[in-house]
Amino acid sequence: MPLTIQYVPFEEVSDLDSERKIQKLIRIVKQNKLVLMEGVLTTQEEADLIEETMESIDNKFKGVEITSFNPLEKNTKLIQDRVKQLFLQMIWGRRRGLTIIGPANIVREIRKDPNRIQLFLSNRK
Amino acid sequence: MIKKFKNFLAGIFLIFKNKKHIRLGIYGPPNAGKTRLANRICQDWLGEEMGKVSPIPHETREIQQKEKVTVNSNGKKLSFNLIDTPGIATRIDYEDFIKKGLEKREAQTRAKEATKGVIEAIKWLDNMDAVLVVLDSTKNPYDQVNITIIGNLAARNIPVLILGNKVDLKKANVKKIESAFPQYKVLGVSAEYGNNIEQFYKELFKLVR
Repeated sequence: MPLTIQYVPFEEVSDLDSERKIQKLIRIVKQNKLVLMEGVLTTQEEADLIEETMESIDNKFKGVEITSFNPLEKNTKLIQDRVKQLFLQMIWGRRRGLTIIGPANIVREIRKDPNRIQLFLSNRK
Repeated sequence: MIKKFKNFLAGIFLIFKNKKHIRLGIYGPPNAGKTRLANRICQDWLGEEMGKVSPIPHETREIQQKEKVTVNSNGKKLSFNLIDTPGIATRIDYEDFIKKGLEKREAQTRAKEATKGVIEAIKWLDNMDAVLVVLDSTKNPYDQVNITIIGNLAARNIPVLILGNKVDLKKANVKKIESAFPQYKVLGVSAEYGNNIEQFYKELFKLVR
């Protein structure tokens, strides 16, 4: 069975409030599709996504695997880098970067390093 | 005027006097050693344990609290309410518990309770004055759950100390946690064997000063 990757462009979720955005993403994942979203969630939205996921878990839906890559949020101690990040964040908003969300029954594990994301899939028939 | 000023100062003093104990939360992914750490702290300063630990994930499925834990270090005292939280996860599969030896019904119940525990742990973020984020130093720190927990604490301006637990194990890599979260103080500890625990208590004073 092929794995469907559904691309969600920034414009498709930028006008939605957090609740609707999260519901939309979970709805896609529950169809056994992998979400590839342009942009990143806020920290609050990430927490809300986990809560919503937990509320949706049953014997069929096991949860999600999620990761995001935001080139503007490189961890750094340097103040000048952080000011630069804030400035770019103001211009780009949360559009830069990518978020990947997959259903836990298909995506067994996501391993992330600063420059690499690896998806390990469950054996599918 | 002076009297009013004195009353104002007395009011402020009263607020601080009546301020409840600092709420020190323990957060992290499942099986990182949160309850093991809570037990270590409670054993050291109260002479009793806080909760049960288990190799099966999600052993702690409800918030656990010990009030008025007082730590002494270098002649200074620090009192707080210690709050151990369920491990935060994005997936919970009852079949994983079956693989660990639980019966199907027991596994399903555990999964259901674990989902509620995760929600509860997230809701409690707003109640914390300071947080110890416990990570398993043998695992990849770039996991989204770790990033979400620490990001949410930062957004709430809650002071954080990251503990890379299980440094007694060969695969432990505290440096990798430091690289993942360079803005934070990271301390390698072993909650089970007590490695670096004295240093941890010193850092605790800096965290909640």
